[in-house]
Amino acid sequence: MEFKTDNSPFTGSASTIGRVMRQVLYALIPGVLMMFYFYGWGILINIVLAILIALGFEILSLWLRKRPLKPFLADYSAIVTACLFALSIPPLAPWWILMIGLFFAIVIAKHLYGGLGYNPFNPAMVGFAVLIISFPLEMTQWIRPEFNAGFVPSLFDSLRIVFTGFESLYSVDQWDAITMATPLDDMKTELKSGHYFSEVMGTSHYGFVSGKAWELISLAYLSGGLWLLYKGIINWRIPVSLFLTLAILATFFNWLTPDTHQSTLFHLFSGATMLGAFFIATDPVSASTTPRGQLFYGACIGFFIYMIRTWGNYPDAVAFSVLIMNMSVPMIDYFTQPRVFGAKSREES
Amino acid sequence: MSEEQDKPSPAIDYLQLTKDGLWYNNPGLVQLLGLCPLLAVTNNVVNGIGLGIATLVILVISNASISFSRNWVRKEIRIPFYVLVIASNVTVIDLIMNAWLPQLHWVLGIFIPLIVTNCAIIGRAEAYASRNEMLPAIVDGIMMGIGFMIVLVALAALREIIGSGTLFINAEVMFGESAKHLTIIIFDDYKGFLLAILPPGAFLGMGFLIAFKNMIDQGLDKRKKSSLSAIPIAVENR
Repeated sequence: MEFKTDNSPFTGSASTIGRVMRQVLYALIPGVLMMFYFYGWGILINIVLAILIALGFEILSLWLRKRPLKPFLADYSAIVTACLFALSIPPLAPWWILMIGLFFAIVIAKHLYGGLGYNPFNPAMVGFAVLIISFPLEMTQWIRPEFNAGFVPSLFDSLRIVFTGFESLYSVDQWDAITMATPLDDMKTELKSGHYFSEVMGTSHYGFVSGKAWELISLAYLSGGLWLLYKGIINWRIPVSLFLTLAILATFFNWLTPDTHQSTLFHLFSGATMLGAFFIATDPVSASTTPRGQLFYGACIGFFIYMIRTWGNYPDAVAFSVLIMNMSVPMIDYFTQPRVFGAKSREES
Repeated sequence: MSEEQDKPSPAIDYLQLTKDGLWYNNPGLVQLLGLCPLLAVTNNVVNGIGLGIATLVILVISNASISFSRNWVRKEIRIPFYVLVIASNVTVIDLIMNAWLPQLHWVLGIFIPLIVTNCAIIGRAEAYASRNEMLPAIVDGIMMGIGFMIVLVALAALREIIGSGTLFINAEVMFGESAKHLTIIIFDDYKGFLLAILPPGAFLGMGFLIAFKNMIDQGLDKRKKSSLSAIPIAVENR
């Protein structure tokens, strides 16, 4: 949509869905490069494959719904969904994982609800949640970041692993040695088995504030997110309130028992906190739309991330927190309607 | 109750009853009654058949007894009376299943006693059995029960195939040891799709079944309309 006007304002906004989505894609580039550096070809294969599959499902659903293909494909929304989804699943995940996840993301979470703009849930996170519930084993096997094991499969090997399974190249034992739990997951297990936080942080695959690879990847996502903020694509309210809540909770529990609770920075710089706060929670369709509502929405996501990470069974919690809050968005928006200029507020009337 | 209901109703259309129960007014797909057990126990086909038969039997007995006693029960107390009749029927079935099919009873657990609260049963009692004679009420009970069972089995089959890649697993629980070979493994080396077994899968599967039924109905409607429009007068009269 381009709003051309003959009278003021003369600087018409050229912002279209496609443009906004493209800028989100540009902002993902630093994170993708950093992940490529640590995890090798798997991450790029995931992205390319996810985009192809997502476009396939998008075309299929548009055809079934008898909608025109071109305007809907040109808005890049399927590609953004595919990229966010591909970045949240382990590199070198088997191809059918992507198929199932994207089927739920594009066909069920997006098109069954009426397509882009009508989806109450974030499509990429629906796909991720379906997978982590159904295939917990495949979804938690991240390969070791490159400098830990000196293992980076070549492009050809990566393709073979993705399409024929790791069994064709490695034995189960070898594969177990190559893969590991993410730092967030690993830290939880270690803390449960009675190790101290500071003790675990001293081991080889932890860096300054969290996992060696993940703190840098998170930094890259942070820079992409800040660029989005600078460009005005996203609003500061959701990320800031999310970080604040998460940080306050983490600081409080870490201050209470520093040995058994992760530090504040560990929470902020591991898992999908950065990716989630800037790219996923700010999804304009499924997030809250009122200013006060956005603050509350972000804060609740932060709250649930901490709750599920600390006392839940799943390693990371961004997907579930976002989905829970997506459900509450209609209510949040209802109760936080800003006062219309010239009208009395709800309390006064 | 009133006079007019005692009059022999003009020729009950059993074919219509059958069509309503099985398709047009199906308790599971159209009335959307009794969804709680429908969604909860349909992990596999055997559970579906088990609960389906239990519901069918209770529906027939309660329809029959409510239709039988419809002239003596005052209108004001009819709901407690229905509940009493249905609850005693359910208790009997519950005890019978406990005695003869203990394993199935154990698997279905709380959902057998919960048939009491199945709206499909009290709905039929109120909407049909209390106004009609015994034979039509029984036929209605059978057809509604079968309609409900079909939905149970269809949803259960869908979820079992997608969720665990088998059909008729645990068939021996219901049909005895000889039925063990009934179990069909559809996909060898299937990793299982946990979501289909879990409650979200039930809701999704149910949604797809209803959508599928509506699709067929729309297709039928279209065909009917196009055959109507072949007669120009019929169109003009509209």
